[in-house]
Amino acid sequence: MKYEVRFSGSGGQGIILASVILGTASALYENKETVQSQAYGPEARGGASKADVVISNKPIGYPKARAIDAMVCLSQKAATKYIKTLKKGGIVIVDSDFVELPENKKYKMIKLPMSSTTLDRMGKLIALNIVSLSALVTITKVVSHEALEKAVMDSVPKGTEEFNLEALKIGRELAEKSLA
Amino acid sequence: MFDYSKYMRNTKLPHIWCPGCGHGIVMKSLIRAIAKTGWEKDDIVVVSGIGCASRLPGYVDFNTLHTAHGRALAFATGIKLAKPEMHVIVVSGDGDSLAIGGNHFIHACRRNIDITLVVFNNGIYGMTGGQYSPTTPDGDRSSTSPLGNMEPEFDVTKIAEGAGATFVARGTSYHVPQLDTYIHKGLEHKGFSVIDVTEACYTTHGRVNKKKYPSNIDMLKFQRDNAIPISKAKEMSEEELEGKIITGIFCEKQKPEFTEKYQKIVDSFSGGGK
Amino acid sequence: MTESKFEFIQGNIACAKGAAYAGCSFFGGYPITPSTEIAEYMSGYLPRNGGKFIQMEDEIASLGSIIGAALTGAKAMTSTSGPGFSLMQELIGYACIAEVPVVIVDIMRGGPSTGLPTSPAQSDLLQAKWGTHGDHPTIALVPNSVEEMFTETVRAFNLAEYFRTPVLVLGDEIIGHMREKIRIPEPGEMEIIERTVPSSDGVCPLPYASDSGKPACLPNFGKSRFHVTGLNHDTTGFPTMDPEIVARENERILAKIYEQREIVDSYEEINCKDADILMLSVGSAARAAEEAVKTLRKKGIKAGLFRPVTLWPFPKDQFIKHAERAKYIIVPEMNMGQLKTVAERFTKRSKIVPVNLVNGEPISPEHIISVTKYLNI
Repeated sequence: MKYEVRFSGSGGQGIILASVILGTASALYENKETVQSQAYGPEARGGASKADVVISNKPIGYPKARAIDAMVCLSQKAATKYIKTLKKGGIVIVDSDFVELPENKKYKMIKLPMSSTTLDRMGKLIALNIVSLSALVTITKVVSHEALEKAVMDSVPKGTEEFNLEALKIGRELAEKSLA
Repeated sequence: MFDYSKYMRNTKLPHIWCPGCGHGIVMKSLIRAIAKTGWEKDDIVVVSGIGCASRLPGYVDFNTLHTAHGRALAFATGIKLAKPEMHVIVVSGDGDSLAIGGNHFIHACRRNIDITLVVFNNGIYGMTGGQYSPTTPDGDRSSTSPLGNMEPEFDVTKIAEGAGATFVARGTSYHVPQLDTYIHKGLEHKGFSVIDVTEACYTTHGRVNKKKYPSNIDMLKFQRDNAIPISKAKEMSEEELEGKIITGIFCEKQKPEFTEKYQKIVDSFSGGGK
Repeated sequence: MTESKFEFIQGNIACAKGAAYAGCSFFGGYPITPSTEIAEYMSGYLPRNGGKFIQMEDEIASLGSIIGAALTGAKAMTSTSGPGFSLMQELIGYACIAEVPVVIVDIMRGGPSTGLPTSPAQSDLLQAKWGTHGDHPTIALVPNSVEEMFTETVRAFNLAEYFRTPVLVLGDEIIGHMREKIRIPEPGEMEIIERTVPSSDGVCPLPYASDSGKPACLPNFGKSRFHVTGLNHDTTGFPTMDPEIVARENERILAKIYEQREIVDSYEEINCKDADILMLSVGSAARAAEEAVKTLRKKGIKAGLFRPVTLWPFPKDQFIKHAERAKYIIVPEMNMGQLKTVAERFTKRSKIVPVNLVNGEPISPEHIISVTKYLNI
């Protein structure tokens, strides 16, 4: 089984880091075949960028994602650009504070007020990527929460562990609420 | 009598330089200056680029590296940083160091890396047959400026000082005792040192400017008659200095040297500090 | 807990770690996308481990600095991408004729010129072989995974030191930037080849002599006081224009590599033996080709993949063996047909089908499979 996840947003939102953390959780803590890659333009901030994780129980030949099973959209520009890459029946998780997509039978859309909740509960938006990653893991179960937590601890700067654990919690709660 | 043979690869002589060329004079000055430092031959690397002056390393008995056109300072930077205990000397012509190698020149100055650069500045591309260089005097004819050079010339000392070299001097191939002193001081200086040596190439430059330089001896006389020590030059006007060769030490200052700074960082990690 | 020796890292970081594993102690480089992570890693790693890193003023200076450093005994490397690789060409020839071991990593991107800095391409396959002037030996290794970015970088250092020649590692934006899990080998697990240096007295009178095909010892700058030049030279290293010696030495630097193919060659053969459709592909394009082969086999089509890991010298004997019996040779590559020219040279009977993409996107398995619909098999 192959599972493809795409994080999309604008430069500076941390979508590459989110994909690296998911990849680390999958590769190192769940021992699955995993390839993480990204595509980006010249801008370090802004623009529409994507970062993908391909997860499989068999060795991965072609390393790029082609039929996205689950996608996170943190900016309108990225959502508009990449929604067509979502596979039929795929899941798209949007930051409903900033992103609108038409309802469509071809995909399952989950709208989460991620920006406003992150800002309310953490006082800043910097952890939006971790919040969205946690929401994605909660909804898709692509890796376990334990693996995700370990990978977050590996990847975030020292001294920000508690902060990022809080972000994981927020994302999980948001997602669980929407599933309930 | 100074014994040059100790420092020469005697079997590689005679050299390729023409009668009247200043390169031999400067090479001997360089050897005397090296001898005065008392450095071991094994600890010295002489690096060059391409051109007449760049054939020098083949003649001298040190570790020698004849690189590609303009790139001597880049190779020398790698040598000095990788093995800072070596004394690294670069010999280079005006085209080699200031045109094709101009970028490396200013960045070596900026880094203040402990390398001594001797610019064999004869104001012409000699090896390729006499094309104008960045230091060909205004109006002089050359094989690519048959109507007279229309480009202004670089002042090597000003570029060097402006780019951050911490020892800058100019001598001529006529004023040999002074040249010995400048090169020796440059070698002993900790940091990037530049010695610009005004020289002459009669074969490709003098011969096509006969009015100005009737013979190779006249080219040396030109140096004799037009050199102005920097102390005297300070009291002269710009008009009076037109066409003159200002000689002396332009800059001599102590600043942190690049490879020493780097080594300190490296040493701070050795002994378990990884 | 995970075992610490497994890491989930970028190809570029694996390359840097491979260099460190091989004993690289000097890096001179210039920032350029998509290779910069290698320089960034080395800038932190080297000074902490007794080595030296320098950011030079351009790519020409970068290669110059590492050739200089290598002559003092350092294992030295640089990394770049297409535009910088173009600038380096003259000094690649210098390192070939002066026989100085250096490793040059080129993480290929779209071109020509500035092209597509952040997108993948395989634009330098032929530049790697023919970029510098004059006849010269070329060794170029083309990894296709993060793991190979590590192992092929180690092999690049080994080949460079063994043959005393520049060795190229041709990654691309996909291989350089993607992350995969790799196991970092323990020290001693992979063979590390050290340069032949003079015996204890440090003196080597004939640094350019041949020792049964292999170059003689390379003294470090120091006691040997030898001469290094980019001019044609004799066995002592001094310039010569003697036609006999010039011919002999030019032939020697080619023969030292091209006549020791067993040391240089490396390739992967997937389902080649009975392949009617043989794919010839390298690097990230070969990953798509490999998947295309698997899909075609499931459909009952006899497809195979021949993947040179050492692209130059091209493993022609092995390729010809498979190409002779295949009906079609499909050559997927992210350029307009560079590898195709190689296939043409060594294929007499089979029909060559190019698959080219130069729009900044990777070639997909579907793209390759789509061309097989038109083949008569």
